[in-house]
Amino acid sequence: MSTVQNTADTKTGGTPPSGLSEFWFYFSRNKGAVIGLFVFLVILFVAVFAPFVAPHSPSSQNRELLLLPPVFQQGGMWGHILGTDAVGRDILSRLIYGARFSLFIGLVVVTLSVVSGVLIGLVAGYFRGKVDTFIMRIMDIILAFPSLLLALVLVAVLGPGLLNAMIAISLVNQPHFVRLTRAAVMTEKSKDYVVGSKVAGAGTLRLMFLTILPNCLAPLIVQATLAFSAAILDAAALGFLGMGAQPPTPEWGTMLAEAREFIQRAWWVVTFPGLAILITVLAINLMGDGLRDALDPKLKRS
Amino acid sequence: MKKLTTLLAATALASLMGTAAWSKTFVYCSEASPEGFDPGLYTGGQTFDAAAHTVYNRLVEFKRGTTEIEPALAESWDISADGKEYTFKLRKGVKFQTTEYFTPSRELNADDVIFSFERQYKEDNAWNKYVPGASWEYFSGMGLPDVIDKIEKIDDLTVKITLKRPEAPLLANLGMPFISIVSKEYADKLQADGKMELMNQQPLGTGPFTFVAYQPDAAIRYKANPDYWGGKQAIDDLVFAITTDAAVRAQKLKAGECHLMSYPNAADVAELKADPNLNISEQAGLNVAYLAYNTLVAPFDKVEVRKALNMAVNKQAIVDAVFQGAATVAKNPIPPTMWSYNDAVEDDKYDPEAAKKMLEDAGVSGLKMKIWAMPVARPYMLNARRAAELMQADLAKIGVEVEIVSYEWAEYLKLSSDKDRDGAVMLGWTGDNGDPDNFLDTLLGCDAVGGNNRAQWCDKEFDDLMTKAKETADVAERTKLYEEAQVIFKREAPWNTIDHSLAVVPMSKKVSGFVQSPLGDFVFEGVDIAE
Amino acid sequence: MFRFIFGRLAVLIPTFLGVSLIAFSFIRLLPGDPVMLMSGERVMSPERHAELMHQLGLDRPMYIQYFDYLAGLLTGDFGSSIVTKRPVLDDFLQLFPATIELSLCAIILAVVLGIPAGVLAAVKRGTWLDQSIMGVALVGYSMPIFWWGLLLIIFFSGYLGWTPVSGRISLMYFFPQVTGFMLIDSLISGQAGAFKSAVTYLILPTIVLATIPLAVIARQTRSAMLEVLGEDYVRTARAKGLSPFRVIGVHALRNAMIPVITTIGLQVGVLLAGAILTETIFSWPGIGKWMVDSVFKRDYAVVQGGLMLIAAVIMIVNLVVDLLYGWVNPRIRH
Repeated sequence: MSTVQNTADTKTGGTPPSGLSEFWFYFSRNKGAVIGLFVFLVILFVAVFAPFVAPHSPSSQNRELLLLPPVFQQGGMWGHILGTDAVGRDILSRLIYGARFSLFIGLVVVTLSVVSGVLIGLVAGYFRGKVDTFIMRIMDIILAFPSLLLALVLVAVLGPGLLNAMIAISLVNQPHFVRLTRAAVMTEKSKDYVVGSKVAGAGTLRLMFLTILPNCLAPLIVQATLAFSAAILDAAALGFLGMGAQPPTPEWGTMLAEAREFIQRAWWVVTFPGLAILITVLAINLMGDGLRDALDPKLKRS
Repeated sequence: MKKLTTLLAATALASLMGTAAWSKTFVYCSEASPEGFDPGLYTGGQTFDAAAHTVYNRLVEFKRGTTEIEPALAESWDISADGKEYTFKLRKGVKFQTTEYFTPSRELNADDVIFSFERQYKEDNAWNKYVPGASWEYFSGMGLPDVIDKIEKIDDLTVKITLKRPEAPLLANLGMPFISIVSKEYADKLQADGKMELMNQQPLGTGPFTFVAYQPDAAIRYKANPDYWGGKQAIDDLVFAITTDAAVRAQKLKAGECHLMSYPNAADVAELKADPNLNISEQAGLNVAYLAYNTLVAPFDKVEVRKALNMAVNKQAIVDAVFQGAATVAKNPIPPTMWSYNDAVEDDKYDPEAAKKMLEDAGVSGLKMKIWAMPVARPYMLNARRAAELMQADLAKIGVEVEIVSYEWAEYLKLSSDKDRDGAVMLGWTGDNGDPDNFLDTLLGCDAVGGNNRAQWCDKEFDDLMTKAKETADVAERTKLYEEAQVIFKREAPWNTIDHSLAVVPMSKKVSGFVQSPLGDFVFEGVDIAE
Repeated sequence: MFRFIFGRLAVLIPTFLGVSLIAFSFIRLLPGDPVMLMSGERVMSPERHAELMHQLGLDRPMYIQYFDYLAGLLTGDFGSSIVTKRPVLDDFLQLFPATIELSLCAIILAVVLGIPAGVLAAVKRGTWLDQSIMGVALVGYSMPIFWWGLLLIIFFSGYLGWTPVSGRISLMYFFPQVTGFMLIDSLISGQAGAFKSAVTYLILPTIVLATIPLAVIARQTRSAMLEVLGEDYVRTARAKGLSPFRVIGVHALRNAMIPVITTIGLQVGVLLAGAILTETIFSWPGIGKWMVDSVFKRDYAVVQGGLMLIAAVIMIVNLVVDLLYGWVNPRIRH
């Protein structure tokens, strides 16, 4: 869903940032991006140090305190700031551990889809001809299905679980990277510096990876950020549908699915996991906007 | 006024809103869409509620609230001395329903009954394959093709079924939804018009309610059948509001959008009980969940080992954790609502110390075993993994190391039947017809080894009792045989019987006349609502 | 133009074949076999199992099954559900209007709110108004809509009691399905209050489903507008003293709309993906819920047929958008 603007921008996404300081200059001009970065770093910190930050274990059940409301509501207590769920587990602790899963999912999915997408896109864009047609036809096929539906069926085939959900999401995400890389490679390939290296005798692999690829990075980075947040959303959606991480894993989407039956009785078990997803995704998207501003020379102008 | 309501109800297009002031509409929040409307084709309970118990009748039926057989379309029957000939006398003057499409020209007769049977097993019958993939799953699942020799018309109102061998549970089978009696005249008309598929979309029978319309995944509508042989119902319209989410069903019930709901979340029951506008009906379900050892594999071939393992598991803790109280601990393989349930049987007592000693005495130490946990929630076991984890912890206390395994559901069902299966398998059963044979022989008989008998347990003494009971028509005598069988079962312990879950039906206080069925059916014949 | 259309159609055929191959092989890869599930806990005899496999044609070699399936597709036979035994196409056609109705309402809401919001943000660029509109849009864009739907239910249905929890219309109303669109059917029925009831049932699902397209359209409109506002002819128009309303409303907006229209076309896939979640939350009887239910019931035939039909719809819509775009913007035809 996020590719729209970016594919349109690829034709101009060639010039690399001339330095880190320039990058930071443009990035930090976008206040939202800085806030996003800050929030993201906080989430990252919490995720990495979850065992030290979380007040309780995410799986320990307190059978005396089922569905305890959050502290600011009547009946809440400081021991469980965000309350407890149906089997007496501390919601805050589960959310903190859940951050690990979400960031991990985002990282794995982006790595998998970027690596495979870029490789395939490079091949398609560099060699053109039949290889290109064949690859793009396959991408068309994948894109002909709504991504979530394809992921859902894929997970049903592979068996429900976090790992399979990540594989499925990577697969449905990867055509965006293929298209993006291919388009960028095609524009770069005809530029003087590439033609020059070719004349100078650079090999195919060298041309592909060392000459062309670095110059296509800007749009890829922006797209990767967006894919990161999309992956978190998709994994949560799969968890919500019962096809992602399986209970009792404290994955946010799975927590929401478990909480659904308490929708009328305990608003907090439904509200907080979703809020956690929203904040994380929003922070990453804010960063993504900032990255685009900093990396995309066309938008720098305006 | 009476005339007016009938008139309005008869127009299928009548707005329920418009007629609300005059007609009584009963709304039932059901849990799933029916698979279709021909009960012979399907196995889902929601399908039987929507078709068999509203539109249709059977030769014999279960007395409301019990698993006893009573006359329905058959007024009476005779069983020959050798138990192989059943002669049914049909009720006189039973009218089929009238719809816009079809007006019956005659009353129920033997042709309808014969047609209803033959279409399910005679491959040359034009209706045997009238929908793609029609497999008449229950008819063959209950073994009827192997039991029924022929079915004949004696006269217009007399039908004789001849069996290949005596089969006492036959009557109970004939009370089951799948063998509902359909109209041959209606079938002929559909066939002549080239609309055979309508048999499965617009059912037409002799039952208390006439089918009006089905809005897929949303609602099913019926009106009271004015010609019903049991008398016209007190309510005028019946609506099934299909609501797959249990929490939403509960909310609709509380908001007064429906009068009765099926299958509440275990977590919601307490709150529903507290609601002053609601009544709750509870009954032990006709089911059992069990852990079946593989009695062909050492050391589980030893009774003492199986007994010791049974004694090490705290079943009450499982019932509390998984069902939050909405289940009872099981001691027999059949549920307490079933006739011949032997309450004198004593369960293996939870006693880890004694269990440990027993295991040592049997010469078993350092035992490692697998426990299979189903990947899906079933009515008799809502969360198999959680139950398995509790067993794992209990067994660890007597030095048994448990590995929990699971497979995809279809695989699980298949692999668990293997004779050389490694490990004890958790599974269960929901009764079909209330006959003890349907539990005991189906699940524990020697014929079922390698199939439904997941314990692979073949005990001569037990099996002889089963065969004898099948050949005996007298219920009192059969009861004795089954009671004895339960004693043998407990002594030999091929299973650890885990629980019988409780069926809970919340309904509005305005509802009267609803009787919970031990078979888990939702039957709305005889219900009424107060204004 | 004809060559352009034919070119696009020619590309569709191999894609469609690929889609059919994927849909076909997926369900064969699923663990367990569908026949085993037909009898649940009751074990089927091996003979009976073989008989049913044969009856369903599952005992034949894969490639024959596939060609058979393809031949069926050509005659409009998408197979029959294993659970309900009904033809997949019938169910699809019966349920699809509900999804179309919801999706159309959502896209209309998204366009009606998204374009003005985007224009406004572009015109007031850099002001607090721009920042808040874009901030809200980014929140919408980041929204886990399954959670958003639950929140709306808690607040509007549970707390305020304004809207119903799930379904398409109150059970009090009953009329024949003519078009399959509840809004239209309820009007045709002439029953007092029916239309109003249908609208109240539609409000929350529409908002939920519109959230992401709305955010995307607003963002896209803003950046397209910004680009156009910087172009020479707009400056010229301004310099000529045309009223700002005329400049923005007529000259700028018209040109900015080209990328926005593509964006709207591309939302079809997003809407169908969103419909899966929205319909599940609101028990909306459309194809999204149908697919999810079928995956859980392991009704392989429905999953296979449904995947094909949904992919076909998306491909056709994309083709139409492509053609429209080629028609509006002749440059890309070559």
